[in-house]
Amino acid sequence: MIREHSEVILAVKNLTAEVEGTPILKGLNLEVKAGEIHAIMGPNGSGKSTFSKVLAGHPDYTVTGGEVTYLGQNLLELEAEDRSRSGIFLAFQYPIEIPGVSNLDFLRVAYNSKRKFAGLDELDIFDFEDLVQQKLDVVKMNPAFLDRSVNEGFSGGEKKRNEILQMALLEPKLAILDETDSGLDIDALRIVSAGVNQLMTTENAVVLITHYQRLLDYIVPDYVHVMEGGQIVTTGGKELALELEERGYTWIREEEVAAR
Amino acid sequence: MIELSTVSEVGNVGLSNKGDRATYLQTLLHLRVPLHESLAGLQVIRDRATARVQELAIPSTRDEAWRFADLSPLLQADLQSVDVHPTLGFPHIKPFIVPEAVSSRLVFVNGVYDPALSAVDGLPDGVLVSNLGTAAAFKDLSPHLAQQPGAEEVFTTLNTASFTDGALVWVEKDQVIDKPIQILYVSTATQPAIAHPRCLIVAQLGSKLTLIEDFVTLHEGVYFTNSVTEIVVADNAEVNHTRIQRDSSEAVHIGKTIATQAQNSRYTCNAISFGGKLSRHNLEVYQTGEQTDTVLNGLTMITGNQVSDTHSAIAFTKPHSTSRQIHKCIVDDHAHAIFNGKVLVPKAAQLTNAGQLSKTLLLSPKARIDTKPQLEIVADNVKCAHGATVSQLDTDEVFYLQSRGIDEASSRKLLTFAFAYEVIDQIPVTSLKAQLSAIARSPQS
Repeated sequence: MIREHSEVILAVKNLTAEVEGTPILKGLNLEVKAGEIHAIMGPNGSGKSTFSKVLAGHPDYTVTGGEVTYLGQNLLELEAEDRSRSGIFLAFQYPIEIPGVSNLDFLRVAYNSKRKFAGLDELDIFDFEDLVQQKLDVVKMNPAFLDRSVNEGFSGGEKKRNEILQMALLEPKLAILDETDSGLDIDALRIVSAGVNQLMTTENAVVLITHYQRLLDYIVPDYVHVMEGGQIVTTGGKELALELEERGYTWIREEEVAAR
Repeated sequence: MIELSTVSEVGNVGLSNKGDRATYLQTLLHLRVPLHESLAGLQVIRDRATARVQELAIPSTRDEAWRFADLSPLLQADLQSVDVHPTLGFPHIKPFIVPEAVSSRLVFVNGVYDPALSAVDGLPDGVLVSNLGTAAAFKDLSPHLAQQPGAEEVFTTLNTASFTDGALVWVEKDQVIDKPIQILYVSTATQPAIAHPRCLIVAQLGSKLTLIEDFVTLHEGVYFTNSVTEIVVADNAEVNHTRIQRDSSEAVHIGKTIATQAQNSRYTCNAISFGGKLSRHNLEVYQTGEQTDTVLNGLTMITGNQVSDTHSAIAFTKPHSTSRQIHKCIVDDHAHAIFNGKVLVPKAAQLTNAGQLSKTLLLSPKARIDTKPQLEIVADNVKCAHGATVSQLDTDEVFYLQSRGIDEASSRKLLTFAFAYEVIDQIPVTSLKAQLSAIARSPQS
């Protein structure tokens, strides 16, 4: 929902970044306000996933220029764990498996590290279980998954639901969903989307990174951005996604060339 | 007979100090105490081994089988024979007793059987769990003790020539023992003692047994444990063996496990190694029948300047048998792990299916692994696979945990534990699995 005077959560100015010496982001600009849903689309290799990892603080990506301001502070100064504790959440395209660590333990450690950072008491195992039971419903997850090792032997859809369950617990200010729709069948896509919609408020924001328009039928964006060559080259409303689906990305490139 | 392990003899070692290493072996032999009086029937075996020791020497790194495991810490230890036996109470050993085996346990302190700390009242008929000295009145042990292949290896020979008593688990035909049986070897580390724990397991036709051997220490300190465990698995019997070595990080531990498997039998060994300044596990399985199944799960987790070596050998002799082996090493700081996995498939062992995987996680730039599969395959219709990986923690995996608010150090610990857990998870005793998980989750470093 676009509201003129709502708080700016994220302001990215002229951001450049590289991985192993190869420049990927080449002057990216984006502003995200509270209550907004942004979709970032674009061809493979345009830098979408890199952008999400740079925001979350992946150590392999080096920021070479520009600014990222998150809730008024310089985000780039923070370690990945402190970004998470401050309210940034990245849902992974490929969540990792952690044998021997129960999902419940993992969720509790993550949840408590955020509470501790905020100066709150940590929840004990019993209170936490009550909390997590309520959140399971957001993604229609079977409680049996809490006792299993993190993501171990989960199907693609179950892993993505587990990501959204983590989002439900951590209640991020800014959620970045990196291709959360990839590999999902239509039922799983509906459940995951409904979960995200439930978690959306006027106080937080979501950035969706996706290849496919299909996701945007379920999570309706306020803005659609097209990335190309490490920059956002076009921004429009939700109708832009439909146009991209129909015409591909080449026409944007042509218009851009024509405009010069 | 197939040669399971390399035997080094003074005569064919071309090192100038071979005499010193032979002399030192004699010194170790002279630290022995007399055989338990009721084991007089085994004196002939002991004498034969004593004579054999005269021809042997402590191996050097010139010996292929000891190339990476330098025995200097053993040569430098000023070992003594134990003459004063400490009196330990149950509270001393309680942390190491597996609750499932509280009434099915044998306890040895510095290699000496402690009847007061042992308890076997929780066992059904059909299984004898006892020290060798007591058992000798009921069972003829001589057909089994020191009769398996590889008995002539130097440290095994030293044990056979030096052991005074030992543990016996004898499961009668068709008996299925649900309760795990724990054999606990406690070192007090109060003096640089030498101990020769000896253990004999006989699983008769169609029987089933879960065995835990646990080498623990009450303190840090220098001592030498030279253990031999012999396992006889009869037709259609099943033995699940968990062996934990958590000796002092100043100790030298040399352990031999030899299992002989008859047809249709199953043997599983879960070998976990945390301790020792220098540790070596010689794990040898000799299959004598068809359709025999062997599973070896190994985990070595070391740090500091520890050196830990596992030499395993599986010898197939008949068709239609299988083996699966996974050996994992987690090496931190300046530690050095060694794995040599021999698999022997002679002409007669057609249709063998053998798989071996060695996976190592190096946690520091100075950590080292030497890993070597050694498959010797003569049969032409078999399926034998092996693989080895050496890696560091994956940055993407660490990042995943950090992105959930977990700091980098904790993330690394959690992922290291996850790597170890694949092996720990194979242990069939719940409380032991939990205990080892706790150790692997917060290692000493």
